[in-house]
Amino acid sequence: MTKVYVPRDMAALAVGAKRVLAAIEKEAAARGETIQIIRNGSRGLLWLEPLVEVETPEGRIGYGNVKPSDVPSLFDAGFLKGGAHPLSIGKVEDHPYWAKQTRVTFERVGIIDPVNLDDYVAHGGGQGLAKAFEIGPAKVIEEVTKSGLRGRGGAGFPAGIKWKTVADAPADRRYVVTNADEGDSGTFADRMVMEGDPFVLIEGMTICGYAIGASKGFIYLRAEYPQCAEVLTEALEAARKGGWLGPNVRGSGFAFDIELRIGAGAYVCGEETSLLESLEGHRGIVRAKPPLPAHVGFMGRPTVVNNVLTLATAPAILAKGGEYYASFGVGRSRGTMPLQIAGNVKFGGLYETPFGLTLGEIVNDIGGGTLSGRPVRAVQCGGPLGAYVPPSLFDTPFDYEAFQKHDSLIGHGGLVVFDDTVDMAQMARFGMEFCAIESCGKCTPCRIGSTRGVETIDKIVEGVDVEANIELLSDLCNTMKFGSLCALGGFAPYPVESALRHYPEDFRKATLPAAAE
Amino acid sequence: MSGAVPWNEARAQEIIDAHLGLEGPALPILHAIQEEFGYVPEAVVPQLAQSLNISRAEMHGVVTFYHDFRHAPAGRHVLKLCRAESCQSMGSEKIAKDFLERIKLEWGGTANDGSLTVEAIYCLGLCAHSPGALYDGEPIGRVDAEILDELASEAQKS
Repeated sequence: MTKVYVPRDMAALAVGAKRVLAAIEKEAAARGETIQIIRNGSRGLLWLEPLVEVETPEGRIGYGNVKPSDVPSLFDAGFLKGGAHPLSIGKVEDHPYWAKQTRVTFERVGIIDPVNLDDYVAHGGGQGLAKAFEIGPAKVIEEVTKSGLRGRGGAGFPAGIKWKTVADAPADRRYVVTNADEGDSGTFADRMVMEGDPFVLIEGMTICGYAIGASKGFIYLRAEYPQCAEVLTEALEAARKGGWLGPNVRGSGFAFDIELRIGAGAYVCGEETSLLESLEGHRGIVRAKPPLPAHVGFMGRPTVVNNVLTLATAPAILAKGGEYYASFGVGRSRGTMPLQIAGNVKFGGLYETPFGLTLGEIVNDIGGGTLSGRPVRAVQCGGPLGAYVPPSLFDTPFDYEAFQKHDSLIGHGGLVVFDDTVDMAQMARFGMEFCAIESCGKCTPCRIGSTRGVETIDKIVEGVDVEANIELLSDLCNTMKFGSLCALGGFAPYPVESALRHYPEDFRKATLPAAAE
Repeated sequence: MSGAVPWNEARAQEIIDAHLGLEGPALPILHAIQEEFGYVPEAVVPQLAQSLNISRAEMHGVVTFYHDFRHAPAGRHVLKLCRAESCQSMGSEKIAKDFLERIKLEWGGTANDGSLTVEAIYCLGLCAHSPGALYDGEPIGRVDAEILDELASEAQKS
């Protein structure tokens, strides 16, 4: 029976995958063809979604941007045998966007049936956990430390050190918490892993639980991802049924289970202490650190809070060894980074690659420049708390340290491209406005400063005491940066300051001589 | 949204009791309450506070902290339009503003006939297909005026 892949990834659904699936099923029935439909995740070639794939003896042949109305012609062209058609992209593995990637964390995403454990195992799943059970908790932490893996949520803290801190903290119980509150605009890597290969997260959490001596894990998923919740629920059920979770994980004697929790639309809950408060059932107000969650976390117990990608990378590190992972990357940025290329960009998608490509290569060579065809004016890196980077800095290599040098951050690896129609004063204003909407309210500089920031930018744009107000705004940014407990208030100034620094003319339109018109 | 049942204290207590065994049950309960009644009624706050053994003020604080918990029922259909940076890079602000003007609504408002509530949302992870939206929980990418008008008229019919 011919296997036909129609993604269930949220992005594919957003551009009509469900309607395409219905059309394929209807057409197949009408023609008396028996096919097996597999709902895979997305390959990450998102501009080609819905990307329908057909398994042939030569490999999987892809058909991109399929609309329901294309389906009869696909059947006419013999697409079930990989037949030629204007929408065909040939073998998906040969497509340059795919072929040039180094897929470690995303190894199976888009390839397997996300909720089928047999398929997971057939594609190498479970080897990391088996290895972990073989070498014991202490060696697991050693491997993760050796890999150089740093927290992929944005802060970049070494994962192995965090795990060791929790393992060494005396306690009656410990917890693993996955931060799946992926709220940064321009990011979707967590979502894609969870929708395309949820077992890898389950396996990663289990490995972490085993290493630190925890028997309970939570996935804190944002409410904005309803389709992702469905996949995770199915996967957790399958894992329990298959003995991958429960009182005796894979016959090892180790007991571990995972509970899925849904957030409620608060961006700040992506901050780990606020997330823990929310998980415990409180307002998502950030906690002062210390004590670190690694010492006093969920319910006052030592807790590893890691991003989805961090935990989802652990199985590959265990299976292939810490040194293998560390062999990729540059400087202190080891391994691979799943880049998310988004916004006004031609070839938007997920691109996993070792650290070290330059920003220009990512935006222009891989992303193909803007979708509108106009010149690129700015790229916001690292979500709403990340700086706007102008094309003049496009030679910056994509790694933690190089970005820091320019007062920027790579964050969760999201890149949002803007063309030359963008008004950077308005983007700066939005940065402050977003902070005002989402501030948890604990720190005054964040709670009040963001609102004052909006007002001050409004004055600047109107041409009121421009230079004095710009100075005031810079001062405000400084206060927020150093007077806020968490990254929301502390980093919200980055987009504002970068806009002021790189695009000063956008703040002075009201006072510029009319001759410029 | 359609499918919600009228407020019923006994039913609310059943929902609360079913979750009390969880560690930190407040959010799962509030989600279940909203799922059942379409919003989080004021009346559930003292009930929940008592069940969780916390003060009413604290419970009120929790309910009002999160953007997703409604204090009144929404329209029959809910459209959430993304306003985050990626969608802005593709002109979402103008598309949304023009749409809201056409249907005479403000952010968070519900149409007079109760057909549609339009809310702002900040990122749906559909950033390679910006602007993004959720209509009754279904994702939509590359949102434009035509798509939005179609949804509004579809909402009126059902």
